[in-house]
Amino acid sequence: MAGWAFLLLAAATVFAYALNRRAADALREDGRRLHSLPGFHGGYAALLVLVPGFLFLCLWLVFQSAFINRSVMAGLPPGTLDGLDSGAVQLLQSEIISISRGQVFGTPEPWKLEAATRMSEMRSTAGWVMIALLALIALGAILYARSRVSAAFRARQGFERIVHGIMVACSVVAILTTFGIVASLLFESLQFFRMVPVNEFLFGLNWEPQIPIRADQVAGTGAFGWVPVFVGTLVITVIALFVSVPIGLFSAIYLNEFASDRFRAFAKPVLEILAGVPTVVYGFFAVLVVAPALRNAGAEVGLPISPNTALAAGSVMAIMLIPFISSFSDDALGAVPQSLRDGSLALGATRSETVLKVLFPAAIPGIVGGILLAVSRAIGETMIVVMAAGLIATLTINPLDSVTTVTVQIVTLLIGDTSFDNPKTLAAFALGLMLFLVTLGINVLALRIVRKYRELYD
Amino acid sequence: MDDARLAERAVTTGEVKISARKAQVYYGETHAIRDVDVDILDKTVTAFIGPSGCGKSTFLRCLNRMNDTIPNCRVEGRITLDGEDIYDRSVDPVQLRARVGMVFQKPNPFPKSIYENVAYGPRIHGMARTKADLDQIVESCLRRAALWNEAKDRLDEPGTGLSGGQQQRLCIARAIATSPEVLLMDEPCSALDPIATAQVEELIDELRANFSVVIVTHSMQQAARVSQRTAFFHLGNLVEYGETGQIFTNPRDPRTESYITGRIG
Ligand SMILES: Nc1ncnc2c1ncn2[C@@H]1O[C@H](COP(=O)(O)OP(=O)(O)OP(=O)(O)O)[C@@H](O)[C@H]1O
Ligand SMILES: [Mg+2]
Repeated sequence: MAGWAFLLLAAATVFAYALNRRAADALREDGRRLHSLPGFHGGYAALLVLVPGFLFLCLWLVFQSAFINRSVMAGLPPGTLDGLDSGAVQLLQSEIISISRGQVFGTPEPWKLEAATRMSEMRSTAGWVMIALLALIALGAILYARSRVSAAFRARQGFERIVHGIMVACSVVAILTTFGIVASLLFESLQFFRMVPVNEFLFGLNWEPQIPIRADQVAGTGAFGWVPVFVGTLVITVIALFVSVPIGLFSAIYLNEFASDRFRAFAKPVLEILAGVPTVVYGFFAVLVVAPALRNAGAEVGLPISPNTALAAGSVMAIMLIPFISSFSDDALGAVPQSLRDGSLALGATRSETVLKVLFPAAIPGIVGGILLAVSRAIGETMIVVMAAGLIATLTINPLDSVTTVTVQIVTLLIGDTSFDNPKTLAAFALGLMLFLVTLGINVLALRIVRKYRELYD
Repeated sequence: MDDARLAERAVTTGEVKISARKAQVYYGETHAIRDVDVDILDKTVTAFIGPSGCGKSTFLRCLNRMNDTIPNCRVEGRITLDGEDIYDRSVDPVQLRARVGMVFQKPNPFPKSIYENVAYGPRIHGMARTKADLDQIVESCLRRAALWNEAKDRLDEPGTGLSGGQQQRLCIARAIATSPEVLLMDEPCSALDPIATAQVEELIDELRANFSVVIVTHSMQQAARVSQRTAFFHLGNLVEYGETGQIFTNPRDPRTESYITGRIG
């Protein structure tokens, strides 16, 4: 039914376009000077049909099944729902829905069959009502749009206004969802902090969140101090930056200042490919290649190295960050005006003196901005560390130890049983909130620095 | 212009410093400089004049091999400095540029302090043993560039914070700090007000005592005021080259005459 409805809407849209366009064309044939081109008259009519029709269909489809379910459940023989908890009511409703779809298991009671029949009847009626209403809306819109066609009508502005409205609506949706996500993070974190005191979370040195969710589970007693988790994130981030910043920076300097055009034309796309590798691929590269190699190397020199080292995760994350840092530094160096290069070279400086003493200091703000953005990516990176870092939160800064990260903990907290009145599940929101605050702070700082250096040369 | 004064002006000039023979410059397929023969004298100010796009900057950049930094630019012919071919394989362009300094049309101070801007060249070339030496070089260059009085209290402030005219004088100070033998100036006064222009012109006249100065300018008055010799370029050719007085009062080529009187350009 929904498919037919959308088809009808499409047809009505096309029809409205053609109708108004023809009408406007006819006016033009008569030798009148139109304010707007016929195409705009058509487009105006098409949008006038499409936008309300589409909104109507979406709303209808969202609310239809909820409405039908509710009225079928209300129409069950009195007393059926007495003494059932919400889970059992849900179960009953699903059973009736599957019977109405023709999937019958066993022999259901006759009142269930009856309810199912009523449900499918209501569904088909609802479908027809929907199509009828849609047809009415479309017809109304077509007639209204047709009545507006005249030489003086400003269809072009009307079209513009509708498109403007659509764009505003889209951006409002984007902004609202962002706010919604932040609000839910905040709300659930507040729940969490009601159970676990804020200072215990912020300053606690133990992280053992696997407490029982149901009474029959065997699990720890629980400790929610995020310090070891955050330190783990920092260790991996520092390792990643330690490797990626010099490599990214020097490759950018080389590409920008020394490489021939041909090498540059080859190397830039290669770096871009590196940037396009999905992080899960980096993840199994870390688990299957880097970690075993490290362990073997450790065994050679008699150093016991755990299978999930911070070093393995961090160095693979570094590979992920190299193209990021390199392209940012490349932009920053490229934005330094040519006249500064010329000025330095004309004083008898070599190319590397020019890079080191003039270009690099001038580009530093942009490079720092890029590095900060890389930091916030490293902190938020999930897949690589889920695959390559450990699960146990140990408070250590030894890169050869196993550490866990904020993102890994969020994933493990939400795997398996979840329950929104248990600190174990809610801790994920608190961690998410901290992560959000940290990366937000870094991003704001980075963007401010980047913007400042843009102003320097423009 | 006081033609009579120009023609009578005493011209004292030195030996040949730079000489070009059949110099050609190509940008890819474009032939930007054709068959230029010129002898630039020591302790002389030489002006390059000509309509926009005629190749003045291009030829100027040949003299310190700044054209090397332009990817598709090619220079042919023979250009010598003190008799030595500067495009010879054995010549290091970096060393050459320390001997042949350059000031650009747009002031381009480094985003460093005023002091560091001037000290840049001396530091690179190891010209100062001690901090006091360096201070001394910086001060004398700023003085000669007529910037000392304005800058002496703010040596640690960024050079980019100066006004356009001050920035240009800073660039001149920076260029003379490496004690070049030749100073190339590409329209150095186009961003300056008349007072700063007069100061720079005075400076150029002083510099003549030690250096050979080549200045590109669009201002006939400026060429007449500061230079002893003038070269007129047109469409990549060197049309006429001679004593400034003679070029301005008694040009031999009709193209020179029409440019000077304002008919080409
Ligand atoms: N980097 C370049 N690439 C290609 N062509 C160039 C380049 N620089 C200059 N040209 C060309 O060479 C010719 C001479 O340019 P040049 O800059 O030397 O002129 P100019 O005499 O200095 O002009 P102006 O007085 O406007 O500064 C022009 O036709 C210009 O288009
Ligand atoms: Mg020029």
